[in-house]
Amino acid sequence: MKTKKTLKTKALRVTVAILLLALTPLAAKKASDAASKFKEKLNKQEQTEHVLSRLSFGTRPGDMEAVQKLGLKKWIDQQLNPQSIPENPALEATLAKMPSLAMSTEALVLNYPTPQVLTAVAIGRMKMPEDPQLKDTYERLSQRYKARIERKKTKDEEEEEAARKGIEDRLRRRVGAMSTEERSEALRKLAPQQAVASELTEAKIYRAVQSERQLNEVLADFWFNHFNVFLDKGADKWLTTAYERDAIRPHVLGRFSDMVRATAQSPAMLFYLDNWTSVAPAAVRARARTRGINENYARELMELHTLGVDGGYSQKDVQEVARCFTGWTIDEPNRGGKFRFAERVHDKGEKVVLGVTIPAGGGIEDGLKVIEILSAHPSTAKFISRKLAQRFVADEPPAALIDRMANTYQKTSGDLKAVMKTMIESREFMSAGAYKSKMKSPLEMVAGALRATGATLTNTLPAAQAIAQMGQPLYRKQEPTGYSNNGEEWLNSAGLLARINFSVALSENKLQGIRIDKDRYSTIAKNMGAPEWQRR
Amino acid sequence: MASRRAFLKNSGLAIFGIGASPMWLERAVAASTNKKILVAILQRGAADGLNIVVPHGEKAYYAGRPGIAIPKPGNSEGATLDLDGFFGLNPNLKSLLPIFNDKKLAIIEACGSPDPTRSHFDAQDYMESGTPGFKATRDGWLNRTMSDDKTKSPIRAVSLGPVLARTLRGPQAAVAMNSVRDFQVRDKMAGEDYMSRYAASVDTQLKGTGKDTFEAIRILEALRKVEYVPANGAVYPNGRLGSSLKQIAQMIKANAGLEVAFADLGGWDHHVNEVGATPFIGPLANLLREFGDSLAAFYQDMGPRMDDIVVTTMSEFGRTARENGNRGTDHGHANVMFTMGGAVAGGKIHGKWPGLEREQLYEGRDLAVTTDFREVLGEVVSGHLGQRDLSRVFPGFSPKGPLGLFGANAATTTKNS
Repeated sequence: MKTKKTLKTKALRVTVAILLLALTPLAAKKASDAASKFKEKLNKQEQTEHVLSRLSFGTRPGDMEAVQKLGLKKWIDQQLNPQSIPENPALEATLAKMPSLAMSTEALVLNYPTPQVLTAVAIGRMKMPEDPQLKDTYERLSQRYKARIERKKTKDEEEEEAARKGIEDRLRRRVGAMSTEERSEALRKLAPQQAVASELTEAKIYRAVQSERQLNEVLADFWFNHFNVFLDKGADKWLTTAYERDAIRPHVLGRFSDMVRATAQSPAMLFYLDNWTSVAPAAVRARARTRGINENYARELMELHTLGVDGGYSQKDVQEVARCFTGWTIDEPNRGGKFRFAERVHDKGEKVVLGVTIPAGGGIEDGLKVIEILSAHPSTAKFISRKLAQRFVADEPPAALIDRMANTYQKTSGDLKAVMKTMIESREFMSAGAYKSKMKSPLEMVAGALRATGATLTNTLPAAQAIAQMGQPLYRKQEPTGYSNNGEEWLNSAGLLARINFSVALSENKLQGIRIDKDRYSTIAKNMGAPEWQRR
Repeated sequence: MASRRAFLKNSGLAIFGIGASPMWLERAVAASTNKKILVAILQRGAADGLNIVVPHGEKAYYAGRPGIAIPKPGNSEGATLDLDGFFGLNPNLKSLLPIFNDKKLAIIEACGSPDPTRSHFDAQDYMESGTPGFKATRDGWLNRTMSDDKTKSPIRAVSLGPVLARTLRGPQAAVAMNSVRDFQVRDKMAGEDYMSRYAASVDTQLKGTGKDTFEAIRILEALRKVEYVPANGAVYPNGRLGSSLKQIAQMIKANAGLEVAFADLGGWDHHVNEVGATPFIGPLANLLREFGDSLAAFYQDMGPRMDDIVVTTMSEFGRTARENGNRGTDHGHANVMFTMGGAVAGGKIHGKWPGLEREQLYEGRDLAVTTDFREVLGEVVSGHLGQRDLSRVFPGFSPKGPLGLFGANAATTTKNS
């Protein structure tokens, strides 16, 4: 708490300094220059280019002409109604070859057994599955855990295991060079948990490059990042697939409060921000284990998901919200369990959240009420509008635009499609102030390059690796803040060098499983390492 | 300026020739003659501090770990290497013993976070951000140790590995590199072309970053031209930490303006079969050898340069005082930290030892924290890097008082038994 206060004071000091600076005549002139740039119009060609650069992952050969023929307004309209666009059948066929993507978490844990499941089978606490193919995998893998559990006696045995590990490591290295389909198959047998992560990552790139529903993909990336979870935190390794599919994707153009509720009840988020362990202090006093209330989710829900850090809540509100969410938990996260409300450990006392009294004796409705209060709050309308504008318009979006977006949010009870429309149809969006002002994120840079060069993909892992080297490992942002929407996040030497090296490799067809027509696109690919390509 | 000439001659950068050196390099060289360097190492996975620096004078240690305790100093195979009659080193760390005896290696006992989390993820996050209990901190403490100065070397801060470590993220430029060898444009011709395109760009931000990048590439190119031969017969072990420290050594010796470096070594999460049939067998033994031999090789390689260098090691939390049912240990609380350097008050066990009897343990199971990890890091930052104002590096933290890691009148452990 003390830390937070100091940081806030620091932020305040910086803000004051910036305000003082803004008062100097030069800064004032600069600010008015920036403001007037958001009034400056774009010509027709620029408009098409700009819309495609913001509402899609970049222009493919022929896109400009096609969109101009269809009409820009119509194209935007279609993108805002993704179900109206027939999806690319080639993409659907590729995704179908990655079976974990469509599985319920329960099925996923069975088909891609976790270390916990394999250990349970190894020591006989769980039954072997009956499916012969699965049984084979289980037998082989649980053997490994058995060996690990039984005490090793000799150096010979150590060496034997080292040799076996060596073979597996070599196999793993080969896996990187396989096609998506071959890898999915091989990993499922060799390292099932890796298959889940690898399919999720590969699918993200296939979709960004090949989906016809481009805005939907851009928004899925935006909102996953907003409600970030970290794939490498324990059970999130197998909970993240369903999280993105069921909690994020259905709501990106829907009602914001629905997305908040879906993420709040999603095992991935409950695990990531520890709410699944949060119980009313009174409920555990009788038990031996030292568990209690956990404020992590409550704090991030307000600070990062809804109100924003300056949204007007206090530490007391954090505690009260945490009390409302006690008992929101998961049934056995390591076995792929579902959301469950545990009445027994819920704090049933009266709570006051942002001045609203939540009467004593409540159950799951306490948390639902909090989501309602937070989603309807004017700070949330503003915070969400600003964040969207920062992604789609400019690093420092004009305040007047944010106000209009927030207004739409309030009037429509958080209808995200309506908010997007207000933004896209604004003068500021289609202005010289916005045009080519944003630094591309690594995902945008790579997906854009693959689209612009019409690349044929049989393996997207090398692209994912390039994105990671540029500083944006997919699904692996450790902090709940997600990646920044401000371009400065990506301005560093290692990132720039990775961008350059990716372009060189793409231009020479040196990325496994990614092929371009060198005669036509080699020079274009090489240009993608240059400064001009880094903006959108 | 005379010294600058001498400097260039003796450093890896001699290859450049003075005429070719860019402006910032001249500044870096001029400034690097008495530059203090900090190397931070994170042992990811929660290392078992009690089996690393063994409290062999504690009865409870042997009572709680019948299967995995390191034997008392003596003649048995894998016996603890005694340090002060109460603590001793795991025998796999024997290469660190001469450094401890040389008083250049300090051990700080029972360090940890005020936050009670036993999650690897959260605890590492807190250790890297330097703000326990506060997750939204954007930058890391190691980045915050650097002065706000854009004229510094583009490789003033380096983390070894594919992504920039959390602890080095922040307002000051920091470079992530897998290796010195890989930090280059793969196609040389193309590299020249990109360099001129960035130099000519009207985009000031990209132009600036491009300049830093190509200057860093040039520095490292000079290093790549000569095969690096560690000094004083030092041999770095194969493996991630050895290779990381070797490259850090290479950059330090090139006097290219390195100020802070970060390396990590994972795999310490030993829930099962931590120690094999003897203390020389098993996963902990293998990791400790890599850990100790890497630090020792670095120390040897640096020679007298160690006077300007501090290496400090940490792990997110310790492990249970007693072994579990699988001859391993579970997530605990306090842990041990090492600090190595020419100016370090070494040869001592610092901190306050809380004891291992049941009533002395944290929550009845773990070594209790008596020293906030920020006390140790803070003292390194102030005592070694000379930064007085710690509130910038560790906001909201007020140190309790010096542990005495630097200077002659250093305190040692007080025991609670």
